[in-house]
Amino acid sequence: MGEPRSLVELTIDGNVVLVPEGSTILDACRREDIDTPTLCWASNLTPVNVCRVCVVEVEGSRVLVPSCSRPVEPGMVVSTDSERVRTSRKMVYELLASSVEMDRADASVHAWMEHYGVRPERMGDRDEIATVAQPPKVQDDLYVRDYERCILCYKCVEACGDDAQHTYAIATAGRGFDAHISTESDVALPDSACVYCGNCIGVCPTGALAFRTEFDMRAEGTWDEDSQEVTTTVCAFCGVGCNLELHVQDNSIVKVTSPADHSVTSGHLCIKGRFGWQHAQS
Amino acid sequence: MPDLRFGTSPPTAAEMAAVEAVVAEVGPATVTVGERLVLGGRSRAVARRNLLLPALHALQRTVGWISPGGLDHVCRLLEVPPAEAYGVATFYHLFNHSEPAADSTVHVCDDIACRGVGALGLVEELRGVGLHVRPSPCLGQCERGPAAFVQRIGAADLSVAAAAVADIEAAIGSSTSSSSVVLPQAGLDSLRLLARVGVVDPGSLDDYLAHGGYSALEAAIEMGPVGVIRELTASGLSGRGGAAFPTGVKWQAVADQVGRPKHVVCNADESEPGTFKDRTIMEGDPFAVVEAMTIAGLTVGAEQGWVYVRGEYPVAAARLAGAIDAARGAGLLGSDVAASGHRFDIQLRRGAGAYICGEETALFNSIEGYRGEPRNKPPFPTTHGLFGEPTAINNVETLVNVLSIVRDGGAAYAALGTERSPGTRLFCVSGRVVAPGTYEHEFGVTLGDVIGAAGGLADGSDLKAVLLGGAAGSFVGPDWMDLPLTLEATREAGLSLGSGVVMVFDQTDDIVDTVRRIAEFFRDESCGQCVPCRVGTVRQEEVLVRLRGGGSFHDERDLLDDLGSVMRDASICGLGQTASGAIRSAIDLGLLGGVS
Ligand SMILES: Cc1cc2nc3c(=O)[nH]c(=O)nc-3n(C[C@H](O)[C@H](O)[C@H](O)COP(=O)(O)O)c2cc1C
Ligand code: SF4
Ligand code: SF4
Ligand code: SF4
Ligand code: FES
Ligand code: FES
Repeated sequence: MGEPRSLVELTIDGNVVLVPEGSTILDACRREDIDTPTLCWASNLTPVNVCRVCVVEVEGSRVLVPSCSRPVEPGMVVSTDSERVRTSRKMVYELLASSVEMDRADASVHAWMEHYGVRPERMGDRDEIATVAQPPKVQDDLYVRDYERCILCYKCVEACGDDAQHTYAIATAGRGFDAHISTESDVALPDSACVYCGNCIGVCPTGALAFRTEFDMRAEGTWDEDSQEVTTTVCAFCGVGCNLELHVQDNSIVKVTSPADHSVTSGHLCIKGRFGWQHAQS
Repeated sequence: MPDLRFGTSPPTAAEMAAVEAVVAEVGPATVTVGERLVLGGRSRAVARRNLLLPALHALQRTVGWISPGGLDHVCRLLEVPPAEAYGVATFYHLFNHSEPAADSTVHVCDDIACRGVGALGLVEELRGVGLHVRPSPCLGQCERGPAAFVQRIGAADLSVAAAAVADIEAAIGSSTSSSSVVLPQAGLDSLRLLARVGVVDPGSLDDYLAHGGYSALEAAIEMGPVGVIRELTASGLSGRGGAAFPTGVKWQAVADQVGRPKHVVCNADESEPGTFKDRTIMEGDPFAVVEAMTIAGLTVGAEQGWVYVRGEYPVAAARLAGAIDAARGAGLLGSDVAASGHRFDIQLRRGAGAYICGEETALFNSIEGYRGEPRNKPPFPTTHGLFGEPTAINNVETLVNVLSIVRDGGAAYAALGTERSPGTRLFCVSGRVVAPGTYEHEFGVTLGDVIGAAGGLADGSDLKAVLLGGAAGSFVGPDWMDLPLTLEATREAGLSLGSGVVMVFDQTDDIVDTVRRIAEFFRDESCGQCVPCRVGTVRQEEVLVRLRGGGSFHDERDLLDDLGSVMRDASICGLGQTASGAIRSAIDLGLLGGVS
């Protein structure tokens, strides 16, 4: 345990709040039970603050600020539900949903879109406006990259790089609306530096990265999340002690995750824990 | 660094030689901390990674593209993960990613000034004679368009303006840029920033010295950092790169940082459509930029200076490089600058076709060998700048102002212009005026006077609108001619002087198309990092295309408003935040038709 941290006093939506120094505005909102949408933020990754769905209004700031990365300051006056905040959050979802397939995004994403009354169709007819529609990259037996579902949250890049895996197999390439996640020179995944740890799959919020099992079962129409059971176990491949969550449907393991708050893994695994069951099973 | 895995495509001998030359030339010497050469650990990785952009330039120039084998070779030498290097290479529009179709690629500006003077026809004509053409955003030669920039395999880049087919063919044949600096005010006594432009030989240090060069450095060494900052603060100089931040405050903040290496960066990325003033200085008086950077270095206590010149300015880059070499040769840069006992040297970096790299934190990332994506601020460059170290970054014009302030004192400078906008400022006057070009005026000159000084509009030309401040600025109508061009008056009117752009449109110009082209510019130049700008600029352009095709303004109004809101409020950087400004102003002026 480090030094006890001193407290910072700020105002959020009219209420005075005390939080430890170094907290972000998002941390402070969560303490106050103020629900705040996030897309690119995750507890086990460094904030990149690119999606902008978590923005709040801070008195004295010309523009809205990303709550997920901005540290609290004494005397800050924050509004999380002003007209400007609502418009920007709604627009971020509308912009994304008009250009990306959001159907497999987390349930919370859909709840927020409903909350803000998101109507992506007002951006124009989907056939006439720019989207990221493209065929999925099915290049091996383990996982599929289906980039028409990619919102470019950078989470996979972080998980593959500095925040977990240190493999740097994927990075953002291109620029502007053409920016996309890619291997070097867009080579197929098996020819890239990828070690198949699946950590990128673990953090993807929109289903753009998926286990081959899930992808195939969805294509066949047999994927049924409601009928799946999740069993927690400790990975037996080595002595590190990673927690595994086995997702089981019809007596078969269909995917493996690890809890983001687990002290050993922080949600990240290696190829054995993530995909080893495929061999055990077959 | 982790164990990196590289690809399997082999580089060609030419690619290997090109890349190795870059690494050998500026290699280890790039990281000096005081007297020590630091070659280990993170510093070493940093020192190598900042050679990524120069190495990519070397590949592009040698073989005309960034091949997988060439890229892989760069990654091995610089210890950069190949996927990241690919991400960097594909960020810049001047790098090709497939084998080039021809020996020369002619980039023709089809942006807002050049469209009015036949750029679109030129594109067709060049294609007609079999040249490989790529339409380009503003090339920073709006006063003499249509403008062209030529990339060639195995030879230096060229800049040609005003360009006709024959000029471009002749330039390629003779390997020379057309580089006449047009200075309509040449010879005027009142010129301060432009006094030497067109007068001195830009390639001669002796000539620069004969015209008062390096007297400011001498004065700066005499008065010391405290004195320089005192005069700077007294002068009231503010930044000319767009944000108008007080330069004295910035330098003080960097000078106050102790115990870490510091940097001075000259922002010469000038890519705002309609802007060409910095090019005028760099081409006409490059030693002034070097001298001013040296003063900055000695004042804030930085030993390393960097000048980042936009890739489409080959003449400016060559002249600056010449000036840096000459200054170093004369002991005016290096381990003991002008016998002052201080170390300062300058490295030149060329951009590669990315407006966003003019944003200061994107520029740092670009130099460091990362994608030119802006960083979230705070923290600010004065504490966390280049390589995360304290950095004074200034625009070319801002820096050159420092020379007369140091020489003649801050008070003399403050006596010019208005109280809250002291000094003179450069205006980039283009479009439907008789004599387009870079002009120097005291702050407080009216918009009408600036246009008048450029000869006004030609007979038969009726003023329809002026784009003030650049693509990130605003349109104003003919009733704004009395507007005093000061920071305070423009701010009060909800306008901005931006980078000093005054682009004049008349009744023959297609303003809806101009506005659409501005929207296209922002879409094209967005770095793509944040959702409001990455997708918002696309949707904004789509709306303008629909309007230009006869769509109803009424139907699009709400969407345009909401797009403007989210881009302005929630974008990470100034690009997204200003991407709807000119369009908004055009609506308010009724230039897009419909109800305003
Ligand atoms: C999208 C964008 C592009 C910019 N381009 C330039 C540029 O080309 N040159 C420049 O000096 N400043 C540019 N700026 C402003 C810089 O971020 C920075 O404010 C400036 O270099 C500071 O120097 P100054 O204080 O001397 O003006 C740009 C800003 C944005 C947001
Ligand atoms: S599976 Fe692991 S190594 Fe492969 S791309 Fe994903 S995070 Fe990187
Ligand atoms: S693939 Fe998934 S994790 Fe990666 S950037 Fe796209 S949405 Fe984010
Ligand atoms: S506003 Fe645009 S240019 Fe700036 S960071 Fe966001 S996407 Fe990039
Ligand atoms: S969650 Fe904060 S910017 Fe994405
Ligand atoms: S050079 Fe063509 S618009 Fe600037």
